[in-house]
Amino acid sequence: MNDVYEHDIIVVGGGAAGLRAAIAAVQANPGLNVAIVSKVYPMRSHTVSAEGGAAAVIKPNDSLDAHSNDTISGSDWLADQDVVEAFVREAPHELIQLEHWGCPWSREPDGSVAVRPFGGMKIERTWFAADKVGFHLLHTLFQTSLKFETIKRYDEWFGTKLLVENGRCQGIVVIELRSGQVRTLTANAVILCTGGAGRIYPFTTNGAIKTGDGMAMAYRAGVPLKDMEFVQYHPTGLPGTGILITEAARGEGGILLNKDGYRYLQDYGLGPPEPWPRLRAMELGPRDKLSQAFVHEMHKGRTFAGPYGDYVHLDVRHLGEEKINTKIPFVRELAHRYMGIDPVHEPIPVRPVVHYMMGGVHTDVSGATPLPGLYAAGEAACVSINGANRLGSNSLTECLVFGARAGRHAAAFASQHPPRDRAALAAQTSDEAQRIAANFIRKDTGSERVASLRAEMTRAMEEGVGIYRDEASVRKTCDVLHALRDRFPNVRLDDRSLSFNTELIAALELDFMLDVAEAVAHSALARTESRGSHQRTDHPRRDDTRFLKHTLAYRTDGPPRIDYLDVVITRWPPAERVYGR
Amino acid sequence: MPDSTITLEIFRYHPEQDEKPKFRRYEIPYREDWVVLDALNYVKDRIDGTLAYRWSCRMGVCGSCGMMINGTPRLSCAAFLREYYPHPVRVEPLANFPVERDLVIVLEDFMHKLREVKPWLIRERERPLSEGEYHQTPDEVAAYKQFSMCINCMLCYAACPVYGLEPRFLGPAAIALAQRYNLDSRDQGRAQRQAVLSSEDGIWDCTLVGECTVACPEHVDPAGAIQRAKLASTIDWYRRVLMPWGER
Repeated sequence: MNDVYEHDIIVVGGGAAGLRAAIAAVQANPGLNVAIVSKVYPMRSHTVSAEGGAAAVIKPNDSLDAHSNDTISGSDWLADQDVVEAFVREAPHELIQLEHWGCPWSREPDGSVAVRPFGGMKIERTWFAADKVGFHLLHTLFQTSLKFETIKRYDEWFGTKLLVENGRCQGIVVIELRSGQVRTLTANAVILCTGGAGRIYPFTTNGAIKTGDGMAMAYRAGVPLKDMEFVQYHPTGLPGTGILITEAARGEGGILLNKDGYRYLQDYGLGPPEPWPRLRAMELGPRDKLSQAFVHEMHKGRTFAGPYGDYVHLDVRHLGEEKINTKIPFVRELAHRYMGIDPVHEPIPVRPVVHYMMGGVHTDVSGATPLPGLYAAGEAACVSINGANRLGSNSLTECLVFGARAGRHAAAFASQHPPRDRAALAAQTSDEAQRIAANFIRKDTGSERVASLRAEMTRAMEEGVGIYRDEASVRKTCDVLHALRDRFPNVRLDDRSLSFNTELIAALELDFMLDVAEAVAHSALARTESRGSHQRTDHPRRDDTRFLKHTLAYRTDGPPRIDYLDVVITRWPPAERVYGR
Repeated sequence: MPDSTITLEIFRYHPEQDEKPKFRRYEIPYREDWVVLDALNYVKDRIDGTLAYRWSCRMGVCGSCGMMINGTPRLSCAAFLREYYPHPVRVEPLANFPVERDLVIVLEDFMHKLREVKPWLIRERERPLSEGEYHQTPDEVAAYKQFSMCINCMLCYAACPVYGLEPRFLGPAAIALAQRYNLDSRDQGRAQRQAVLSSEDGIWDCTLVGECTVACPEHVDPAGAIQRAKLASTIDWYRRVLMPWGER
């Protein structure tokens, strides 16, 4: 018999959104028994890799409307404006809360919090802690969470399936990595904070753990994935590894140069280049436009050719050694360690790299999904403030604002103590344990390797659903994904043991990623317009008449069913996105 | 160079099958820009799916992939094959920890100790959010910033000879994190952390070998943190015992 662990709320994922949700839940109702289940120790969560900062209005020259305006125009009008307004309103409180919990924000000489410029933002409003903001934010949240005795953690437990009974999410099936045992965790509310799915692409800033687990689990439970075709390419990743070089490098004054030493962004509606620095212009334009400009430069033959693809130069030399050391020391360290160059003396080779999923589990402004008892927040969710293109430094703040909201609303829901269907949940867990054993651990047939199928999937995604797509390329990718889904049952593991079976976890992650990839590709196929990060060369214009709508992808036994939902417009009617002037 | 190879000698131990650990050799292609983690991923993906190890960010910040590499505690994502080539690379789990499986160590002891030192801001009175942030000058941030850089990678515990002999020792990272909060101008909790820090398994166990500071990939200088904690603790003692009237 499988062990059953009972809680009021289960948070899946221990990154910024998950930790914030758990703390918010116990603060909302200290009597609640809250669990954090995470496939890694929380301080390993991918929040740790965020570098540049977190946006919130704090300075007297700024305003909430200005933050809303930047976010909405940055989203190419696909963000829900009521949600954006709630987001910018609660953002300052959340960042001050982190300050009160000890986050080592960088400061002005007078001791107030310092802010830096970021891409697509008309006013500088990005709080930072040098260039390891995600790291500091994550460790501050994790260490703060340790003081709440009612937060119970299950570190290195991997969720495989949501438990839905009686039309309500009542828990999750998990594998305890150490023992390999399948366990039932039940709760009145489950909050998915499992992050994005950058690993469905071959070249990504995302850590190995970013495999879309929560997105796929919700999708399988009947919850739609929203706006999945919008995949953010960050313009400055290191060739080969895909390691992120933060936008803060440009926020602090860094420039992008093609092989002729020319600031090419001025040719793509982002100029003029002078005076510099200038907000919402040139290198401080939004990520979608910068990554698209790179592709055009490459086609014109004006990029450098390298062993890991074409690249351009990010030049920060003019900032000087002292500023580089104070404001972007991690950039210097990463460039030195992984490229063997010192940015004080040489430009950094960079190219666009998959960074962030604007789409995710469909939620309302409280983080509630259409499935009662199931909530989602952070990159795993699509709430939506990011629309067709997220602005840099909005995502850490999003984790905090909507992590807290989901935590509070889940607490209210869980406090009603609806009874759980224990016997049915246990039976579901048995079936799930059976499935895992039969398909992987005890299976002796098949010849497919997890790593080969994964490589074929990531290649298909890059080739067909990259920065630019068209119907033929996306269709081909859909076909490849379908074929991979057919081949997946032939996966055969080398590792048949229970204890810390990372090959089994990799297989289950691939299973999740195939679902997420399919949602991305089919959503991209159906959206016959170009908006933000979704650029269809066969439909190059934005089409507000037909597509001022969110895509909702529902899982079926065949290809996903695609539906649409109107975007909420409050005070910012759709207009042209203007940068550079 | 594409035809060159390098040999990995990897510590293997599986609790369900092995009575004791063994080493397995894998010959893999040598690439100058590969780190040891890339080599392990090559083995896992192409040769032997049973190899177990932890990793995620592969950029030196998540702290998952610490291992003994040719006897030295390193992050495998920051140790390049070219540092060892053409010699073999010996990869073992971090020293001084129980082994869960292969290169995976048991982390529970540290997780417990981390909580012991109360690594959160302690205030007599919390300021309402509506009153805004606490002010902290750049110099006040600099006073603790270095100790806030710890990524909990456990290399310092693997390097610490005291922890190797006395597992009850709080250890470098936990003490550095206690100091991170003690030195934060916003914090008022030093007295509460003192009980753990100056207990018999606390700072006085440290014999100041300094190996932790050498091993730290983030330049946290745990040895310096321990030294400062000892000094502060000594001053407390003098104040209390020799100058009781001076106590505030």
